[in-house]
Amino acid sequence: MSLLHLENLTVSINTADGPIDIIEQINLQMSAGDKLGIVGESGCGKSITALAIISLLPEKSIVSGRILLNGENLLDLSPAEMCRVRGNRVGMIFQEPMTALNPVKTIGAQIAESLKLHLKIGRKEIQDRVSQLMEDVGLPVRRFPLDLYPHLLSGGQRQRVMIAMAIACEPDLLIADEPTTALDVTVQEQILDLILDLADRSGMGLIMISHDLGVIAQTTEQVAVMYTGNLFETGPTAEVFNQMAHPYTHGLFSAIPKPGHSAEQERSRLYTIPGQVPEIHMRPDGCSFADRCGHALESCRTQDPPKIDLGNQHLAWCFNPINRTDKG
Amino acid sequence: MWLSIRGCGEVIVARRMNEIFRHGLEHRSFVIGGIITLLFFLIAVLSYIWTPHSIENLSIVNRLKLPNATYWLGTDHFGRDILSMLIVGARNSVIVAFVAIGIGIGIGVPLGLIAAASRGWTDEIIMRFNDFTFAFPSIISAIMITAILGPGAVNSIIAIGIFNIPVFARVARGAALSFWKREFILAARSAGKGTLRISFEHILPNIFSILIVQATIQFGIGILAEAGLSYLGLGTQPPSTSWGKMLNEAQTMLYIAPQLAIYPGVAIVLTVLGLNLFGDGLRDVLDPKLRRNR
Repeated sequence: MSLLHLENLTVSINTADGPIDIIEQINLQMSAGDKLGIVGESGCGKSITALAIISLLPEKSIVSGRILLNGENLLDLSPAEMCRVRGNRVGMIFQEPMTALNPVKTIGAQIAESLKLHLKIGRKEIQDRVSQLMEDVGLPVRRFPLDLYPHLLSGGQRQRVMIAMAIACEPDLLIADEPTTALDVTVQEQILDLILDLADRSGMGLIMISHDLGVIAQTTEQVAVMYTGNLFETGPTAEVFNQMAHPYTHGLFSAIPKPGHSAEQERSRLYTIPGQVPEIHMRPDGCSFADRCGHALESCRTQDPPKIDLGNQHLAWCFNPINRTDKG
Repeated sequence: MWLSIRGCGEVIVARRMNEIFRHGLEHRSFVIGGIITLLFFLIAVLSYIWTPHSIENLSIVNRLKLPNATYWLGTDHFGRDILSMLIVGARNSVIVAFVAIGIGIGIGVPLGLIAAASRGWTDEIIMRFNDFTFAFPSIISAIMITAILGPGAVNSIIAIGIFNIPVFARVARGAALSFWKREFILAARSAGKGTLRISFEHILPNIFSILIVQATIQFGIGILAEAGLSYLGLGTQPPSTSWGKMLNEAQTMLYIAPQLAIYPGVAIVLTVLGLNLFGDGLRDVLDPKLRRNR
C-alpha cells in the first residue's frame, strides 16, 4: 500500500464566473520513505497541491478526487479528524520562516504544541522530547534555550525550529513547501541536508516542493513537473532530468544559467521560455503549454495531450515529446 | 513562562521590559497619565485603610464648613467630610469600572475571537447583535438596564459591563482578523490545531496589547458612566457615596455652596483625563511603529 496516493485530484475555486480549476486531475503516488519532488513555475499549483493534502486550502475551494494517506481517504474525514492528521501524521514546513513562527510565544512552547496536542505524554516527557528535537535540528538547548523568542533567531535558525515543529510527532509524511527559497544560499544547503537526514533517519516520506531544479535533483528520487495545474512529466528524478521528454521540462533546464565554455556562449543571453504562463481563467484548449512550445503540433491546440509511458515509471503528457535519442 | 531554563531568554525579555519602561518615560502623556492613574488607584486603596472621617457621621452642627484644619476640604450639607467622601467615591468608581471591564473583556473578547475565527453566519449574528447593543447611547442603555433591574452599585456594574461587551468584541474581532491572515496561523493549523485553540493560544496573546489599551480607555468611560448613573440616582446608594452622587447632592446647594459641586467634578475630570492620557501613551509605547513618530 502506498503512503500517499492522489487520485484524480482536482481543486477548483468558486468565482463570480463559476468554478475555475486550478488543479486538474492529478494522479501521484508515493510509497513510505519515498522522496517526491514537485517542480514548476510560480502559480503552477505546487503549493495548492500541498495545502489540498492537509486540507488547508483557502475558503471557497472545492476538492474532488481522492487523497489516500495509508489507504484512508483524507477527503472523507471530518474537520476534527483532519486536525488529528495534521501535525501528527503529516507535517509541513513553510517557505517563509521569518513569519511562520508566532512572535509572542517562545520557541520551546511552539515546538511543544503539537506534542501536547497529539501525544498523550506528561509534562516532563514533553520537555525532554522538545530538547531532543532541538538537538536533532541542530539547535542545542545549551546555546538556544527554549524560552527564546523567534525574533532573536536568524532565518536559518527559525527554519530549524519550523522543522522541529513539523517532525515533532514523527509524521509519516513531511511536506516541505519551498523550505529554502527565503534563505541564504549557504544556509540552504544545511537546511536541505538536515531535512534529508531527518527523513532518512525516521523513514518518513518527503514531498519537496520547489521551483529550483537543483534542490529537487539533490533531495528527491521521484519528481513531478507541473504546469498550470497539470502534470507534465513524472518519473524517477535522475531519469526525468537526464532524458526529459516534455518540451516544458527541457525549457526549464535550458533556463538554468551555466558557466559557458566558449566566449560566444558566455556572451549569449540566458534562454527563457517564450511567452507567459496563461492566466488561470484564460487557459487555452488542448495543452496549456502549446502557445509557448517549440514542438507544438496542430493537435496540441485542440486536444488534451495523451499520457505516454516511457518505461521505468517515466510518464509524460505530450503529443510530441522530445526524441529521446537527440536530447541535448 | 515555559521551562525555566535560565538563559539569555529571560535577560532579553527583561531588557525588553526595560526598553518599554525607558521609552515610556520619554513619553509625556504616558507619564502624566500614569501618575494620575496611579494616584487614583492609591486613593481608592487608601479608602479601605483610612479616611479622615467616617462618611456615615452626620453632624449637622458642622454643615457646609469651608476648608479648615479638621475638615481639609470642608463639609457638605449633612456635615460629612468632603475629602473622605471623595476617597470613598474613588473606591466605588474603581470597583464599578473595573468589574464592568471584566464583564466586557470576559464576554466581548471571546465573542470577537469566535466571530473572527468562524466568519460566515456566526460572525454575522455576533456582530449584528453587537451593532444592535452599540446603537444605543451607553448612558441610555445603562438607564434602561437599571430601570429594569433596579438602582444600585451592582446593577450599574452590569449595565456598564453590558455596554463594554460590543466594544471589546469589535476590537478583538478586528485585531484577530488581521492575524488570521498571517503565515504563523497557517503553520499552527498545519500542526493540527483547531480554530478555537488557535484563537485563544495564538491570536489572543498577539492582540493583548491592543486590548489593554482599549481597557484603559474603557476604564475612563466606565468611571464617567458610573458618575452619570449615580448622578441620576441609579448607581451607588446611600450610605455609601460616589462622585456622581456627590454632584447630584451638590446641585440643590449650588447657590449656597458651589464648592460642593466643584470637588467631585474636578475629581472626575482629572481621573478620566489621566486615564485617557495613560491609554494614549500606552498605545504609543506598546506599539514600536508609533513610537518613532512622537
